[in-house]
Amino acid sequence: MRRLLVGLPALWLLVFFGLPFALILKVSLSQAVVGQPPFTPLFADGAFQGSLGNFALLLEDDLYVEAILASLGLAASSTVACVLIGYPMAWAIAGAPRRWRAPMLALVALPFVTSFLIRVYAWIGLLRPTGFLSELLQSLGLIDSPLALVPGSFAVAIGMIYTYLPFMVLPIYASLEKIDPMLSAAAADLGARPARIFWSVTLPLSLPGVLAGSLFVFVPAVGEFVVPELLGGPGTPMIGKVIWQEFFNNRDWPLASALAVMLLVLLAAPIALAQRSQAPTARGLG
Amino acid sequence: MSSRSLRLLALGLGFAFLYGPILWVVAFSFNEGRLVTLWSGFSTRWYGELADNERLLDAAGLSLVVAMISASLATMLGALAGFALSRLGRFRGRGLLAGALGAVLTLPEVILGLALLLAFVSVDSWLDGPGRGAWTIVVAHTTLGMAYVTLVVRARLADFDRSLEEAALDLGATPPQVFLRVTLPLILPALGGGWLIAFMLSLDDVVLASFVAGPGATTLPMVVFSSARLGLNPQINALATIMVGIGAFAVLVAVWLFGRQERRR
Repeated sequence: MRRLLVGLPALWLLVFFGLPFALILKVSLSQAVVGQPPFTPLFADGAFQGSLGNFALLLEDDLYVEAILASLGLAASSTVACVLIGYPMAWAIAGAPRRWRAPMLALVALPFVTSFLIRVYAWIGLLRPTGFLSELLQSLGLIDSPLALVPGSFAVAIGMIYTYLPFMVLPIYASLEKIDPMLSAAAADLGARPARIFWSVTLPLSLPGVLAGSLFVFVPAVGEFVVPELLGGPGTPMIGKVIWQEFFNNRDWPLASALAVMLLVLLAAPIALAQRSQAPTARGLG
Repeated sequence: MSSRSLRLLALGLGFAFLYGPILWVVAFSFNEGRLVTLWSGFSTRWYGELADNERLLDAAGLSLVVAMISASLATMLGALAGFALSRLGRFRGRGLLAGALGAVLTLPEVILGLALLLAFVSVDSWLDGPGRGAWTIVVAHTTLGMAYVTLVVRARLADFDRSLEEAALDLGATPPQVFLRVTLPLILPALGGGWLIAFMLSLDDVVLASFVAGPGATTLPMVVFSSARLGLNPQINALATIMVGIGAFAVLVAVWLFGRQERRR
């Protein structure tokens, strides 16, 4: 019984998660060739043929370094924007009458029920030169010529904020809700004004939620592919997109693997941190 | 400004941001013209064209099948893993199992997709094997889904009152009886919720599917994605509206069922 309980999922993960990652490492050390499979074997003629050539190439070529920096930058600014939008929402929900909280949380999570692709698609229509925002600003007389946000980095950031905002709101709410209301009451008794109570009591106590939310937004945003593909142009070479292009367009599987390994190394620390703070979100989901 | 009006402002703006774009997509699905940015009159013609779009309907059918199979497999595997992690105490490889599941949850899809594809290709060349197809999508989605199911099952088992099981054992129930009559009914909502999450993840995924799908296996998100890459298309708006409608209906049913269950307690 015990064996089955652990063994079945462990076996599945070994075959469909452990093995694939070992292979990414392996392929990242080989070279691209025309053939099936389209990469050189690691051992041929009884000798080890692997090399770190792909990694050297990645560090030499500005294109890849830029893509990595652009991904980190866009992910970081989207994360900050998510805090700025999500914190007030979580704070407002936590302060609402009890019977309203669950429905409002459900409203925050509800967009997840609609397709992610469709939600990104919506922004193409809203942000392109002949789109809703551009027409609105023109009819208000705020701008003279059409506003071309799609394709562009700003649109990519909007798309990521829009996609990942619920990941920010839910953990912040979970940490705000845990704060003992007696603490604010005590601060008020001692003469603190509401703004002071917020800055010295509420905000510091909710920082774990902010950290958890930030990780849940930042980590997937760095490697995001669909959002930059649909909303960004050639000017936003995010790393997820570059991996995709190396793989599908250039058929350079080893280089794509090397990029994936590099992204993994970059994300290892934030992922490990995120795993530690998974508990509050699990509660938010259940 | 009072605290109350600040809260209302934050929620108003936040929800407008979350729901505005979805409402825009829905509204323009009923637009008569081909331009998805200029209103030219009410019409349902795009729904008619959608119903004749066989490529899209085939893809939708495949997506539903893939989602159902992978959600069911994911629920089974995720339930086992969730049980093992919250009930077996310490066992060898516990950290590895939890770590792998957590990694599946947080890794960028591009990496997971690439890794899985390399595995399928290698197995193919070692075994002269089965080739890729829809089943590779099922495997990828099962792997992703089981991580979510495990999370939900663990959360449920964490705030589950173990004294109920102990009481049943004291009253003479055998362990299998306890499992079937006490434990299972109590975690059933988590299994249902986990299944639903896995189902929706599968129905929504384009990255994993694009990497691992074999020739000819095209899911609905893959069709939507390739169409969205080319720009706006009122048929996609119509499809989106149908999906939003189904999603909203499912949520209403879930809320209604959940509300009834809560009242009964």
